[in-house]
Amino acid sequence: MADLINFFTHHWLGQAIVILAECLAVTIPLLVAVAYMTYADRKIWASIQLRRGPNVVGPFGLLQPMADGLKLLLKETIVPSSANGVLFIIAPMIAFMTALIAWAVVPFDNGWVIADINVGILYLFAISSLGVYGVIIAGWASNSKYAFLGALRSAAQMVSYEVSIGFVLITVLLCVGSLNLTKVVLAQSGWFWSWFWLPLLPMFVIFFVSALAETNRTPFDLPMSEAELVQGFQTEYSSMPFALFFLGEYANMILLSALGSVLFLGGWMSPVPYAPFTLIPGVIWFALKIAFLLFVFSWTKGTLPRYRYDQLMRLGWKVFLPVSLGWVVLTAAVLQFGGWVPKL
Amino acid sequence: MASLDRTARAFLLSELVAGFALTLKYMFKPKVTVNYPYEKGPLSPRFRGEHALRRYPNGEERCIACKLCEAICPAQAITIEAEPRDDGSRRTTRYDIDMTKCIYCGFCQEACPVDAIVEGPNFEFSTETREELMYNKEKLLANGDRWEPTIAANLHSDAPYR
Amino acid sequence: MILQALAFYVFAFVVMASAAMVVVSRNPVYSVLFLILAFFNAAALFVLIGAEFIAMILIIVYVGAVAVLFLFVVMMLDINLTALREGFLKYLPIGTIIGVILFFEILLGLGVIGSNQSTLAALGKAGPQVLPIDNTRAIGRVLYTQYFYLFQVAGVVLLVAMIGAIVLTLRSRPGVRRQRISEQLYRPKSDAVTVVKVPTRGGV
Repeated sequence: MADLINFFTHHWLGQAIVILAECLAVTIPLLVAVAYMTYADRKIWASIQLRRGPNVVGPFGLLQPMADGLKLLLKETIVPSSANGVLFIIAPMIAFMTALIAWAVVPFDNGWVIADINVGILYLFAISSLGVYGVIIAGWASNSKYAFLGALRSAAQMVSYEVSIGFVLITVLLCVGSLNLTKVVLAQSGWFWSWFWLPLLPMFVIFFVSALAETNRTPFDLPMSEAELVQGFQTEYSSMPFALFFLGEYANMILLSALGSVLFLGGWMSPVPYAPFTLIPGVIWFALKIAFLLFVFSWTKGTLPRYRYDQLMRLGWKVFLPVSLGWVVLTAAVLQFGGWVPKL
Repeated sequence: MASLDRTARAFLLSELVAGFALTLKYMFKPKVTVNYPYEKGPLSPRFRGEHALRRYPNGEERCIACKLCEAICPAQAITIEAEPRDDGSRRTTRYDIDMTKCIYCGFCQEACPVDAIVEGPNFEFSTETREELMYNKEKLLANGDRWEPTIAANLHSDAPYR
Repeated sequence: MILQALAFYVFAFVVMASAAMVVVSRNPVYSVLFLILAFFNAAALFVLIGAEFIAMILIIVYVGAVAVLFLFVVMMLDINLTALREGFLKYLPIGTIIGVILFFEILLGLGVIGSNQSTLAALGKAGPQVLPIDNTRAIGRVLYTQYFYLFQVAGVVLLVAMIGAIVLTLRSRPGVRRQRISEQLYRPKSDAVTVVKVPTRGGV
C-alpha cells in the first residue's frame, strides 16, 4: 500500500497516470455537462416560447443529446473540394481543444485543481484569446464567402470584447492581489453579499455581456446570423467537425460561466457560511453557480433580439471599454484611499 | 427631473430587466403547443392527405380508368394504363402516383366521377427512401382499405356542402 | 530533469522549425500560422525557465491580438502565389547576410564571443533562480520602481502611436448621417407617438 502511494506520488510514470486521471475526471463530466447544456438550452427556449422542447427520446427527452451526438457521429464528413483540407479539419480541433485546456486551472473546490498556477487568470485569458483561431481558420479554409464573413465578424467581435474582459479581470485582481484563481475564491469568503458580484456589480454585468459576445451567443450571434450568413463559419461543416465546433462553443460557455462564478460568485463557497450549508461539498455549490449563469445565458437567448453589427462594435469600444477602464481606476483609488489594498 | 429619471433608468437597464422579467414569467405559463406524437390537432373532413383508392362495399374497385385525374393533375404525378377486364368492364392495369411530385391540390378527387381516388386524412407517411414514395395501385388500394371508415365519414359530413 | 530537458528540446526544435517555415512556406496564411506556432512554443520555453508571466503575456498580446490582425490582413489580400515567389532567390543573399549579422550581434551581446567574461556562462552558473516571490510580483516591483519613467514613456509612445493612427484614418465627410443612439433612447414617447381615436368612416 505504501509502495503504491509512493509510486503515484514520486515515480514519474505514477505522476503521469495521476495527471491523466485528473484530466479525465474533469473532461468527462464536462462533456456530459455540455451534452445536457444543449438539452437544457432547448428546453429553456421552448418554455419561454410556450413550447415543449425535446420530449420524445427517453424520459422527458433526456436522451436527446445522445441521439443528436450519435446522429452527427454517423454522418458523412464532407470536405468541400475547393477547401483547404488540412486547415479545414484542424480548425474545429483547435476550437474544441482551447475550450477544454482552459479547465486545467479552474478550482472546483479548495485544492481541487489540476494546475494551481500563479498566473491562473492570465492563463484563462490567454486560452480564451486562442479560441478565435479555430474560427478564423475555419472561415478561411472553407473557401466560402459566408464562412469567411462569419469568421471575420466573429474574430473582430472576440478581439473587441476581450479588451473589456481584460479590464474586468484587472479589477478583480486588484481586489484580490493575486492572479491565482484559488486565492481569488478565498478572497471572497463570507456571506454571499461579500462575493465580488455586489461590490463590482457593473463589472459583473460587463463581464457577463462580454461573455455572451465571446461565445457568439444571442444577442451577439452575428457570426452565425442565419438570415445573412447561413451559419457563419460553420456553413461548410458537417458531421464530426461540426460537432466539435458545437461542443467547443458550449464548453466555452460553461468555461466562461465557471470563470464568472470564480471571479464574482465566490467559486465553491456556500452562500451562507454556517453549518448546514457549509456541509454541502464545494463542488456542488460551484456547479450550482455555473448552472445559474448558464441558465441566464439561455434566458438571454430567449429574450433578446440580435444586435446590428455596428451597434455591437459601438457597445464594445465606446461603452464597455471606457466604463471598464474608468471602473479600474475607481477601484484602484477606492482600494488605495480606503485602505483596503489586499495584503500581499 | 424627467431627464434624471430617464438617465437613471438607462443606467439601471430597466428595459432589459423588464424584458427578462416578462420572459421569465412566460417560462412558467402552460404550453400552447400540442404534444404531437401523442396528441394531435383536429383535422377538417376536407383535409387533403395521403391518397387512397376506394372500393365499393362489395369489394369491387371503384376506379373506371376514365383518366380524368391523370388529365387534371397539375403536377402530372398520376400515370394510368387501362384495359378491359375479362368480364368486359373497364379497369386500370396500372395506377401510379408519384408522391414526390404531388402537390396535394385535391383536383384528382374533385375530378373523379365515382369517388375512387381521394385524399385521405393520413399525413404521417414519411419514408426512408425515395422509392417508397412511388405509389402503385396495390399501395393505393391498401390505403383505401385501411382508411375507408374515416374517408367515408369525411365524405358524408362534407356532402351537404357540395 | 530529463523530462524538462526533453521538453526544452522539443519546444526549441518546434520554434526553430516553425520559424524556418514562416520564411519558406509558399502561402502567406501558412506563414502567419507558423508564426503563431513559433510564438506559442516560445511561450512554452518561457514557462520552462519559470517566467510564466512573460509567457502568458506573450500569448495574450502576440498570439491573441497581434497575430490575429496579421492573419486578418493576409487573408483579406488577394494574393497571387506564383508572383510572390519570384523575388525569393533575389533577396535570399541580403536576407542571409542580415540574419547572420543579427546572429553574431546576439552572440556578442551574450558575450559568447569577443569578450572575456561570458554572460551566458554566468547565466548558466546561476541556474534557474528560485525567487521567494512569484515573478509577476518581481516584475511589478522592478517595473514600477526602478524603470517607472521608462515604463510611463513607453505607455505615452504607444498612446501617441494610437492617436496618430486614428488621426490618419479619421475623415470627417460632410453630409454623413449617423445614428445617435443616446438621442434615440432619450426621446420620450410623447414626441414619437400620438394616439388618435379615429371615428368610423371618418378618417384621420
